[in-house]
Amino acid sequence: MTAVGPVAPVEGAAAGVGLRHGLRQLGSPRWRKRNLTFDRISFFAVFLVVPLAAYIAFVVSPFVQAAYFSLTSWTGFSADIPFVGLSNYTKLLDDDIFLKAVGNSVVLALVLPTVTLVLAMFFATLVTVGGSSRGNVRGLAGSSFYRIVSFFPYVVPAIVIGLIWSQIYDPNSGLLNGILTKVGLDQFQSFAWLGEVGTAKLAVMFVIVWGLVGFYLVLFIAAIKGIPAEVFEAARVDGAGRFRSTISITIPLVRDNIQTAYIYMGILALDAFVYMAALEPGGGPENSTLVISQRLFTTAFTQGQFGYACAMGVVLAVITLAYAGLVFLVIRLTGGRDEVAE
Amino acid sequence: MTSTQARPDAPVAGGSRAQAVPERASGRTAGDTAVTAGSHAVLIIWSLLVIVPLLWVIMSSFKTSSEIFASPFGLPERLRFDNYVNAWTTAGIGSFFLNSVIVVFGALVVTMLFGSMSAYVLARFQFPGNRFIYYLMLAGLTFPIFLAIVPLFFVLRGVGLLNTLPGLILVYAAFAFPFTVFFLYSFFRSLSKSIAEAAALDGAGEWRTFFSVMLPMARPGLATVAILNFVGLWNQFLLPVALNTNTDNYVLTQGMAAFASQAGYSVDFGALFAAVVITVVPVLVVYLVFQRQLQGSVSQGTNK
Repeated sequence: MTAVGPVAPVEGAAAGVGLRHGLRQLGSPRWRKRNLTFDRISFFAVFLVVPLAAYIAFVVSPFVQAAYFSLTSWTGFSADIPFVGLSNYTKLLDDDIFLKAVGNSVVLALVLPTVTLVLAMFFATLVTVGGSSRGNVRGLAGSSFYRIVSFFPYVVPAIVIGLIWSQIYDPNSGLLNGILTKVGLDQFQSFAWLGEVGTAKLAVMFVIVWGLVGFYLVLFIAAIKGIPAEVFEAARVDGAGRFRSTISITIPLVRDNIQTAYIYMGILALDAFVYMAALEPGGGPENSTLVISQRLFTTAFTQGQFGYACAMGVVLAVITLAYAGLVFLVIRLTGGRDEVAE
Repeated sequence: MTSTQARPDAPVAGGSRAQAVPERASGRTAGDTAVTAGSHAVLIIWSLLVIVPLLWVIMSSFKTSSEIFASPFGLPERLRFDNYVNAWTTAGIGSFFLNSVIVVFGALVVTMLFGSMSAYVLARFQFPGNRFIYYLMLAGLTFPIFLAIVPLFFVLRGVGLLNTLPGLILVYAAFAFPFTVFFLYSFFRSLSKSIAEAAALDGAGEWRTFFSVMLPMARPGLATVAILNFVGLWNQFLLPVALNTNTDNYVLTQGMAAFASQAGYSVDFGALFAAVVITVVPVLVVYLVFQRQLQGSVSQGTNK
C-alpha cells in the first residue's frame, strides 16, 4: 500500500481515497518532530520538490536565462552563443523604432490605469452608495443589472474583444462609421480610425478600457461593500454629500484595493500584446501604436534576433518594476494624509 | 431642511432642491431625483456601449459578405447558419475549441493539485528556505511573461515538447502555479492548525491529513482559484502563439487570430462574426449562470 504514495498526484483524488486506508499505520502522533518516515519524505518530495522543480525549470530559469541571453548576440540556431556584453543595450538606445515603442508603452501605462480605474470607481460608487441620499445608504435601483452587464467583457477573451472592435472600427462596413454617418457626420464616411495617426492610439486605448472597466468595477464594489454602512451614515450626519463621501471616505478606505488594481492594470497596459495583435498587428500608422511586447515578439520570432529580443525583455521588466515601485510610492505618499477609521 | 444642506455639492442640484417631493415617506428632493436620474443615465450609456457591439456581432453573423458590406445596420435577409457551418468546419473553430478545452482543463488539474499541495506545505511547515520559495513565487507573478518567452521557447524545444499540447499544458500549469500557491497560501494559513494536529493525533499521516482533512476544508478557496485560473488560461494568447505554432494544435484564441488575419484576404467576414459568436456565447451563458460565484471569486482573489 505504501506504493500508493508517490503515484498520488497523478491519480489525484482517486489516490487520496486509497490513502485513507493505506497510511493509517505510518503517521506519527508527534507530527511536529522531524521524524523521517516514508510518509513524510514522500510527502515533501511530491508536495514541494516536484512542483517546485517544474516551476523553476519552466518559469524561473527562463527569466534568469533571458537576463544572460540579453548579453549575447544569439540567433538561436547556432551552437555557440557569442557574448557581446552590453552592446545590445547600447544598440537599443539608438533603435528609433524600439524607443518609439517604449514611449507608446509608457503612455499606455500612464493613461489606461487612470482612466479605467476612475471610471470603475465612479460606476462602483453609483452602484453601491449612489442611491437616494435620504434613508438608508444604498445603491441605485437595478444596480445588479449594471454590474452584470459591465462585467460581460471580462469573460470575452481579449483577442476576441480586439477582433470585435476591429470590425466596429472598419472604415466602410463598421458599426461606428455607420452610426456617425447616420446622425449626419458625413466626414466619417470611410474614416479609418485605426489607420490615422491622430486616432489610432485613442481607438486602441478605448477598446482596452472597454474590456477592463467591468472587472475593476466588480472589484471596487466588493471593496466598498466591505465598508460598514455606519461610516457612510455618520458622514452624512456630519453633512457630507455623495461626492464628498466618495472623496473623503470611500477612496481612502479602499486604498489598498486601488493600489492592487493600479499595479495589475499597469502590468496589463505595459503588455497590451493581445489587443494590439488583433487591432494593430503591424504597429499602427507610423508605428503610433507599436508597443514593446509587439516589437520584442517580432524581433525574436520573425527576425530571429534572440539576444536582442531578450534585452528588450529586460527593459520591459525594469519598466514594469519601476512602475510598481512608483505606484507604491505614490500611494504611500498620499496615504498618510487622510486616515479614516483604520 | 437639514437634508438639503447636507448635500452642498450634489452635482445637479439646482435652486429647486429645497422643494420636498412628497411622493414618498422618505421624502426625496428634486435635486436628489436629478442626481439619481443622472446616475442612471451614465450607467445606461455604459451598458449600451457594452451590449450594442455584442448584439451587432450576433446580427452580422447571420449576414452574407455582401450584406455586411452593404450596410452595418441592415438586417440579414433571412436567418441562415451557413456562416456558422463555415466557421466551425472550414475555419476549424471546432478543433481549436477542442484543443482549448484539453489544454485548459489539463493545466487546471495539474496546477490546482500541485498548487494546493505546495501552498499547504509552505503555509503549515517552517523549514529553511520557506521564505525564499515564497519570494520566488512572488517574482514569478511580477515579472512579465515577455521576459521569459524566448528562453522558454528553447527550454521546450530542448525537452521535445515544443508545438505539442502536453508541452502547452505544462507551461500553462507552470505559469498559473505561483498565483495558485499565493492565493491558497493565505487560505491554508487561515485554517485552524488544531484540526491538522487532531488528525495527526488520530494517527493520520501527512498525506492523509492533507487529502482527507485539509483539502476538503479548503474547498471554497479552491473553487475561487480554479475559476480565476480558468478564465486566465482560457484567454491566454501569448504562450500559444509563441510556443504552439503547429496549426493542428491551435487553441481557440490563436485560432481566432489566425482566422481573422486570413479573412483579411479571402474576406469571409460573416464566418468571422460567427466564429466570434461561437467563442463568446458558451462562456457568456456559463457566466450568466455562475455570475455570482465568478464575481465573488474576482473580488476574493484580488482583494487580498
